[in-house]
Amino acid sequence: MRLRKITEPVFERLIKICGYSSGFIVLLIVIFLFKEGISFFNLSPVDEGSTLWVHNSNPVKELDAAQIKDIFDQKIDNWKAIGGNDQPIELFTLDELGEAFTAEQLGPKFEYLPKCIDSYMDSLPGAIGFFPEKQTVGLLKSAKEVEVDKVSFSTFISDTEWFPTSRPAARMGIMPLLLGTLLVSFFAILFALPLGLAASIYLAEIADDRVRKILKPIIELLAGIPSVVYGFFGLVVIVPFVQNTFNLPVGETALAGSIVLAIMALPTIITVSEDALRTTPRAMKEASLALGASQWQTIRKVIVPYAASGITAAAILGIGRAIGETMAALMVTGNSAIMPHSLLQPVRTIPATIAAELGEAPFGGLHFKALFALGCILFIITLIINLLVERVSAKRR
Amino acid sequence: MTFPESNDRRKKIGQAVMFGVSKGISYGIVALLFLILFFIIKQGIGVISWEFLTAMPTDGMTKGGIYPAIIGTLYLVGGSMLFAFPVGVMAGIYVNEYAVSGPMKRFINMMTNNLAGVPSIIFGLFGMALFVNQMGFGASILAGSLTLGLLALPIVIRTTEESLKSVDDTFRQASYALGGSKLYTIRKVVLPIALPNILTGLILAVGRVSGETAPILFTVAAYFLPRLPNSIMDQCMALPYHLYVISTSGTQIEASRPIAYGTAFVLVAIVLIVNILAALLRNYFGKKVKMN
Repeated sequence: MRLRKITEPVFERLIKICGYSSGFIVLLIVIFLFKEGISFFNLSPVDEGSTLWVHNSNPVKELDAAQIKDIFDQKIDNWKAIGGNDQPIELFTLDELGEAFTAEQLGPKFEYLPKCIDSYMDSLPGAIGFFPEKQTVGLLKSAKEVEVDKVSFSTFISDTEWFPTSRPAARMGIMPLLLGTLLVSFFAILFALPLGLAASIYLAEIADDRVRKILKPIIELLAGIPSVVYGFFGLVVIVPFVQNTFNLPVGETALAGSIVLAIMALPTIITVSEDALRTTPRAMKEASLALGASQWQTIRKVIVPYAASGITAAAILGIGRAIGETMAALMVTGNSAIMPHSLLQPVRTIPATIAAELGEAPFGGLHFKALFALGCILFIITLIINLLVERVSAKRR
Repeated sequence: MTFPESNDRRKKIGQAVMFGVSKGISYGIVALLFLILFFIIKQGIGVISWEFLTAMPTDGMTKGGIYPAIIGTLYLVGGSMLFAFPVGVMAGIYVNEYAVSGPMKRFINMMTNNLAGVPSIIFGLFGMALFVNQMGFGASILAGSLTLGLLALPIVIRTTEESLKSVDDTFRQASYALGGSKLYTIRKVVLPIALPNILTGLILAVGRVSGETAPILFTVAAYFLPRLPNSIMDQCMALPYHLYVISTSGTQIEASRPIAYGTAFVLVAIVLIVNILAALLRNYFGKKVKMN
């Protein structure tokens, strides 16, 4: 008895701590995700230590990641296009030094490297040079360093290109990924909602109890199948189906993703909206039937409107599931991070991007942090969705 | 009111059509599930053999078995439950038995809902940041198990809470009347009655965890590791990641298709077994408790 007096409070304290565990974990997730994610901003889009140089006479002082990529992709070939003098842009990287100078001129330990670069840059007023390490280059007399715009939240959100590993400057705009995610999820719900609603009406109002008791667990089993199995099924069945039906070069498209995610969202939609339909008070149903309405009219005019907010919650939850789904989206959407124009082209979703790229991103680097920032965006989206669901269902009560 | 009869007939036909449509859609969805299951079982069953289940993968994962992936998944499921089960059950007890209704309880419920709604890839990112890097576990069974445990936590909390809620209050009052303390009542009266339902939840959580891929991508999963893990600080292979790898990457996707079907079959079999087990348990104990 006395022992219990000591152990009981200890246990009760332990129970209380565990009770707060989910709140604590959500907090930890926020801290760790955002710590890495926020440190992404204000980094330079070029590799650490690397620098860009232009000729002293060049009036261009600042460049952003998009301009740098266009310059090195040779899409911009005249300084005039970015506010400089009217002269062609000459690309100059360390690799070209080997051609321009002999080994003797560079010196046995490359000790004359800065001198060589200097004289080379001097001879080309339109040159832009990209040198990996400041130390190897030293300070140039003929050239000046160009400032590179830091990664900002607004370019992260609005830029339409996602080339996280391109050099000299990475372009990290989440627009194509965000739109890809929304496109796939939107159509997944467009397919799943009418089907799910019809099934939930059947289960809640039409089927007799015996049938319902058999169908319900079977439909719930759909939720138990692992997403990687759905992805695999999509890969070997739905992708070829889409490819053959629409005569496409590849079947891994937004449409294939939408179909697979629609199947995966079905059990959520059915369970939640069936529960909502069941809450309709018996008196309302019977009043409608007593006025001469048929059973279907009662469903359409009384039960569904009464459950509207629950059905909305089901749809929102379904969208949330689709947006956050990783493996199936990764396996069937084709993974091409370009702005989506149609359902029949490959796209890439946010979670798929994280899953595909994090393994290859150097730890703690720009790309690594960009993926955490992407995770923050995804987390915020799902948080908003959860709060929306909470609000919509709170209204009912 | 002018043409009650025709109106009536239209009503009846409309109803028959709509009932037919919704019935058709419902059975269509069931048929879809059976199609998926049937497809994977049909393609996979020929691959399954004792050797497939107990041999190491060979020839660039196009031949041999999936033994290390099965063992790895067992380790991960066991490890995650070791964390999620006690913490989740105690959290469920707190929410249902101790917490007083009010803003704090609402907050806890909201957080549990939020945790349940967090996408699995976020758990992967978080597990990598906290367990792999911050705590220095590296990519290991320990880090992977903890990550999966966090993912399973809201499931265990929810089912525990629901199970406790269904225990009639008269049981508690009877125990209090006999002088039982709160904790004693929970331990000796409430938990034993709720246990079958809690176990059902545990089984479903096992099913969920065994198929998760995204949380283990960066915390534990090894692309190819044809040996068993030596300790919990070791990496390991896992069934869902193995299926992902051999069906999407590598140079011999076609050659490894049979292995992929076999792996998918094993995953589906786990899900089916787990669900049937849960249903049986619920049925069996459901009757027993009612008799008391």
